[in-house]
Amino acid sequence: MPTIVVDVMPKAELLDPAGKAVTGALHRLGKSEFSAVRIGKRFELTVEGGVTDAVLADARELAADMLSNGVIEDVIAVTVV
Amino acid sequence: MRVGVVTFPGSLDDRDAQRAVRLAGAEPVALWHGTHDLQGVDAIVLPGGFSYGDYLRCGAIAARSPIMAEVIDAANSGMPVLGICNGFQILVEAHLLPGGLIRNDHGDFICRDQVLRVENASTAWTNGFLEGQEITVPLKNGEGGFIASDEDLKRLEGEGLVAFRYVGINPNGSLDDIAGLTNSRGNVVGLMPHPEHASEAGFGPDTPAAMRSGVDGLTFFTSVLAHSLATA
Repeated sequence: MPTIVVDVMPKAELLDPAGKAVTGALHRLGKSEFSAVRIGKRFELTVEGGVTDAVLADARELAADMLSNGVIEDVIAVTVV
Repeated sequence: MRVGVVTFPGSLDDRDAQRAVRLAGAEPVALWHGTHDLQGVDAIVLPGGFSYGDYLRCGAIAARSPIMAEVIDAANSGMPVLGICNGFQILVEAHLLPGGLIRNDHGDFICRDQVLRVENASTAWTNGFLEGQEITVPLKNGEGGFIASDEDLKRLEGEGLVAFRYVGINPNGSLDDIAGLTNSRGNVVGLMPHPEHASEAGFGPDTPAAMRSGVDGLTFFTSVLAHSLATA
């Protein structure tokens, strides 16, 4: 079954407390080569039948309107896998 | 006056909001998220809680639930709508108020009696306050950090749409210490703190007079009653 993957990240200029907490944990583990972690979301939309242009357009609209909030997040990618 | 309180899956403070409505002298009406029926109410409260477990984003799924189509229509035609905490997040996700609410900047859930300054005392829900009045109501949230684009923030400040500001401490990193907003018409108001938890002596925040005697929150509900009588 084809799947459309939507990747959403918190806006770069916003504080990401979850990512910051993981960064802190990595540093406590001595993994200081990783200077920052940011945490986003990945949505996998399973599609019945084929991914037509209309379905993909629908997914892009959904990604912008519902799966992300443009005030605080950016849609990074909408890809078919 | 009949004030509807919408219960979503995961609403927490719907009964408290109903109680505050009753204490103010109005009739509370329980509304259900899964219907399209506002039951002829004169005003609506979207209560606090964790609708849909805060999945997707706080308030995001509730903002798209069946009854919200009617709530949005009613709000756009002037019916008073108050969003408290999760209800504020729902109003923002429904685009009835601008901006967004993100995780508190310090990362912790916070629960405290919070002093607020009333910045706009001309809304349906704040007309019983004086502009500049300081009030104390409980605040309890994990994702109460208000943000908005520079453009929206400028408009909110320029047009007097900031309804409440945190005083003394900014508990969650909200821009410009913003605790609550109103729309330009003044019928839609949203805030993170909980006025319904400061509406009955014995159960409210502490005051210099006595423990748990704070009832500043009751004025939200008496305000909407006065607004309803004035516009009837």
